[in-house]
Amino acid sequence: MPALDEGTPLFVQIAEQLADDIVDGQLAEGTRVPSTNELAAFYRINPATAAKGINMLVDDGVLEKRRGIGMFVAVGAREQLLAARRKLFAEQYVDPMVAEASRLGIDSDTLVSLIRETSLSNGGKTR
Amino acid sequence: MTPTISVTELSRRYRDQAALDSVSLAVEPGTVTGLLGRNGAGKTTLLRIITGLEFPTTGEVKVFGAAPAENEAVLRRMVFVREEQAYPDFRVGHAIRVASWFYPNWNADLAEQLLADFELPLGRRIRRLSRGMRSAVGIVIGLAARAELTLFDEPYAGLDAVARQLFYDRLLADFAEHPRTIVLSTHLIDEVADLLEHIVMLDHGRVALDAPADEIRGTGMTVSGPAIAVEEFVADRPVWHRQRIASRASAVVPGPLDVTAQARARALHLSLEPLSLQQLLVHASGTAEEKVSA
Repeated sequence: MPALDEGTPLFVQIAEQLADDIVDGQLAEGTRVPSTNELAAFYRINPATAAKGINMLVDDGVLEKRRGIGMFVAVGAREQLLAARRKLFAEQYVDPMVAEASRLGIDSDTLVSLIRETSLSNGGKTR
Repeated sequence: MTPTISVTELSRRYRDQAALDSVSLAVEPGTVTGLLGRNGAGKTTLLRIITGLEFPTTGEVKVFGAAPAENEAVLRRMVFVREEQAYPDFRVGHAIRVASWFYPNWNADLAEQLLADFELPLGRRIRRLSRGMRSAVGIVIGLAARAELTLFDEPYAGLDAVARQLFYDRLLADFAEHPRTIVLSTHLIDEVADLLEHIVMLDHGRVALDAPADEIRGTGMTVSGPAIAVEEFVADRPVWHRQRIASRASAVVPGPLDVTAQARARALHLSLEPLSLQQLLVHASGTAEEKVSA
């Protein structure tokens, strides 16, 4: 069973894991997402909790309900999620990294070159 | 919507002892509610009153909008699986057949499936079964009854971890297909935490907590790191619990912590960890004891 952590509400974690799958392309636009009951059985959680997670994505326009058939990934969902996540990228990843770097006495030039090296060795592109 | 169970100002006294002290709560239809609390907190007394096995000293209980005691119409719509349930001198198959006559929504296919899942020998006398197998008989009846209100009171005495997981999985699967109101009384909190939609905790006969499970998660955080930094961080907050070993310390504070507080914790080199539901309830019951630091 995939690990769910203790602090975040479960339904938020369900929504985030589905969103991850959409961003990674595991769930392509137009494909059906698992039903509430399938999610509940898989994560071993209450079906109402799973439904709440799905509804969160429906409200955001990431999933759409097709009556009588199920939930599907909306067209444009991936782009929408990417845009939202890019917005949060600095706050969630860059800020803590810069804070830790300054704690360790790593100056910003060194930090930038570290990032470039790591990015290159992971197959990232340079400008 | 009428609550499936509504309890108002309910008290039950045994001589000078209050088993329940002015308990009020409501259980909504179609939910799984966890009735949690330590042994002797009043869970079983409450369930016995809800199922009409016992009378309150004062206060009122309504199930499906009516008083349950000696009310056949209400009692047939519920199934109560008790800890260490006593059975007449039946064989397993006989007990299952009797149950099938009693419960109007009984599902024979589900019963058969569950009997196979728990490997119960139909021809064996119930009194000859192991404790765990006796518990499994109760679980089979409780689930196959598909009663509108299903109450389990610590139903797993003697069941090992694998069998308990089987119980949780079957409960969840059948609840998903056939929604009904379920109350699960247990002290194995972390095992069932994710199954619950609503949580009621009793402590010394009173309601200590009554909230949706989602709201309870993340309501407590453990902050740990250098003792000086921990003290600085908690200086302006309530602290539920403190621990210290040499120069390191940890403190439990109410959560969730906002972004500013999280950033401050990082800046102080502190690590943050949310409490599990079990840990939270230990703190909520006010019985957290200082752990001995090794």
